[in-house]
Amino acid sequence: MPKHAATTDWPSDIHKALGAHQVRQLSYVPDAGHKRLIEFCHADKHMTVVPLTTEEEGIGLAAGAWLGGQRAALLMQSSGVGNCINMLTLAANCGFPLLLLVTMRGEWGEFNPWQIPMGQATPGTLALGGARVFRLERPEEASATVEAAAKLAFDGCAAVAVLISQRMIGTKTFEEKP
Amino acid sequence: MNATLHRRDVVDALLARRGKLLVVAGLGSAAWDCAAAGDHPLTFPLWGAMGSAAMIGLGLALAQPSRRVLVITGDGEMLMGLGSLATIGARRPGNLAIVVLDNERYGETGMQKSHTAYGVDLAAIASACGFAEAGTIQKNPEIAAMRSGVHGGSGPLFYQVKVKREHLPLVLPPRDGTWLKHRFRNELLGKSATA
Repeated sequence: MPKHAATTDWPSDIHKALGAHQVRQLSYVPDAGHKRLIEFCHADKHMTVVPLTTEEEGIGLAAGAWLGGQRAALLMQSSGVGNCINMLTLAANCGFPLLLLVTMRGEWGEFNPWQIPMGQATPGTLALGGARVFRLERPEEASATVEAAAKLAFDGCAAVAVLISQRMIGTKTFEEKP
Repeated sequence: MNATLHRRDVVDALLARRGKLLVVAGLGSAAWDCAAAGDHPLTFPLWGAMGSAAMIGLGLALAQPSRRVLVITGDGEMLMGLGSLATIGARRPGNLAIVVLDNERYGETGMQKSHTAYGVDLAAIASACGFAEAGTIQKNPEIAAMRSGVHGGSGPLFYQVKVKREHLPLVLPPRDGTWLKHRFRNELLGKSATA
């Protein structure tokens, strides 16, 4: 187990927070850091889970869900944030709620140099696109942070991203086989 | 290409007596065509976010499984969101139809050729992605079957409609996105829109 791995069951806490805020559509481009949360969502009969080919699809999906009276959330890795930029115009122009849960790469102990530029640019990219950015650094704060973000997104009709720290997820190495 | 269909005739035929149909219109000419057919609270026209129309349709179709959902868009807009055909094919919502008005051109930017002018077959892509039905519409008599598919067929359905290259008078829908969103939700959801 990596040295900085979570010590509480934060994927389960996030799943419960999404359920508590009536998230009914859950889309994702997978990331190892989201593995368990994705499994919880697939097993949840109250959620329609939509695997995406690229992250910006999830922003359109969330807009359509809201038009139809449902709440959506979107899971991605930080490299996918760059794919979303133009689609953030849906949130900025129409006030569509948007809840992004982003697992960070390219920061704490990153071994892959190709992850670093987009990882480092992730908070600034989201802010320039009009999203509010929350940082989740400690597993025991997962529930409260996601609940606060969901409230801001759905009650405040805002685009909100929760950046889940690479330190908290555990640094990926190629030595650890899944 | 020797297309004979007029895009606004096609849209008129699809949206006449539209009943409870929910419509997403892709940016550019497709949105103007839908406005020309008559602005409607249950039509959500896009002025940007190119490539998102099909995905907005998917989110809407999943949220409203008892309603028919129609995405009307252009070939350029559809090409920018090709991956969404795979995403829709993986979910296979029965109540979703996509109609691409294909003039093989980027009509808003100087009529440059789009990929369909070079032979890219959008209907074949949709079919390979698992759409229940995907075909090309080229003649007037085929429009009636497309209309009944859109309004009641078992989806997801995809129709690539070859249309003439025309310069038509602009008919613009309202452009305030927040207002369009509220109008759509109020009409569809009633009081629960603001709950």
